[in-house]
Amino acid sequence: MYGGGYIYDDSGRSRQQEEQLQDDPVKLAAFEARIAGGEKIEPGDWMPAEYRRQLIRLIEQHAHSEIIGALPEGTWITRAPGFKRKLALIAKVQDEIGHGQLLYNAAETLGKSREAMINDLLSGKSKYSNVFNYPAETWADVTVIGFLIDAAAIVNQVANAKGSYGPYCRALERICYEESFHLKQGHDAFIELATGTPAQKAMLQDALNRWWQPIMHFFGPPDKVSAHSEKLMQWKVKMASNDDMRNQFLEAYVPKIWELGLTLPDPLLKKNADTGKWEFSDPDWDLFFEVIKGNGPCNKERLNVRKWAEEHGRWIRKALMREEERERTALPVA
Amino acid sequence: MNESLDPRVNRLRLNNSDGSFSIEEGENWNVFEVFHQEKRGAHHEHVGCVHAPDANLALIFAKEQFGRRKKCVNLWVVRSADILAFDLEDEDMFANNPDKTYRDASGFKVMEKINKFKAQSK
Ligand SMILES: [Fe+2]
Ligand SMILES: [Fe+2]
Repeated sequence: MYGGGYIYDDSGRSRQQEEQLQDDPVKLAAFEARIAGGEKIEPGDWMPAEYRRQLIRLIEQHAHSEIIGALPEGTWITRAPGFKRKLALIAKVQDEIGHGQLLYNAAETLGKSREAMINDLLSGKSKYSNVFNYPAETWADVTVIGFLIDAAAIVNQVANAKGSYGPYCRALERICYEESFHLKQGHDAFIELATGTPAQKAMLQDALNRWWQPIMHFFGPPDKVSAHSEKLMQWKVKMASNDDMRNQFLEAYVPKIWELGLTLPDPLLKKNADTGKWEFSDPDWDLFFEVIKGNGPCNKERLNVRKWAEEHGRWIRKALMREEERERTALPVA
Repeated sequence: MNESLDPRVNRLRLNNSDGSFSIEEGENWNVFEVFHQEKRGAHHEHVGCVHAPDANLALIFAKEQFGRRKKCVNLWVVRSADILAFDLEDEDMFANNPDKTYRDASGFKVMEKINKFKAQSK
């Protein structure tokens, strides 16, 4: 579901320069030529230290987003309206957890263990997508998440699937296949409310109004303030700019919302006929950075639920691991 | 702010674990590579990996992770640590150079010889 270059990082820029200088220039040139030629980089290949660092950060945060992202929806499984919706929601939540596993494995091939990644999540050092720090208050929220948040995530993941790191691309290929089901089941549930009773319609409109700003935040700050690194684009770590992805999302999905007679809480939202680009009011970016810092409505609750699961799952992890089976630390090979 | 809607939080009160907690290296078990067979007669193909304490449980996790959609008739798992591979840097040793045509059907020009023979024996 939910990863990508939209997760803000301010620590990276100064460090990049230093490490860059240490890379062997001949190997670096061969590495960059390989990427420019459309070849994939594999785990055992030589790679610049900064490439490795940025990829670990990107894939790890994507993985955390899948796992944390399953929490707001997971709480609705028992309350989903009807047997079919329950089955679909269980299947979707299971997929998201599976995505987390696939992505942790891809990140591990770069040399960071899954335990270290989970510890960094629990300590707050490693981030996940901001959008999951908001509560899913009604069933309509679940349909907005399943339809629009998954749609936004697909825009991001389809772009990243064309990146340069083999194991990440392979994980994304599988993930994107499953996302098409997430999007479809979300759209279906969304349409059911939009075309239902006045009460259902009002509930959906209310959810849309509350989720619109987090959705506008989803792809990250505008390009003019978050100058994306040229290097990351050249190395095919970042595959599209925040503004381009946001525009792509608006282009595909705003019409699908409007056609159902729903409105969006932004009077300036419209497509500019001359430029072909969407225009909108700036969402509150100060709020975005506040939520990243940990001060959103659900940050603490999300991490505490994860921490509780790790803490109380420890006895079973230990019980299942026979000492004679324990091996020297091994990471996935592909 | 709202009272939480998560039953794990508002009923079980799982949210008041304020102490710090971290997991130990290796606590998430060993890594196994997974191979998936789509239909009888097809090769098993590598599809990814799972973490598991042993091979039996790795198979069960592999079924959940890689067998819940699309066709699958069989799965293999093998410890990642048991895989031996060439260095990617040595990739050039697989390059085919032109003088290996003696290993290829296309390296043998049978028809040319036959045609020459037929032309001569007329
Ligand atoms: Fe996902
Ligand atoms: Fe999804």
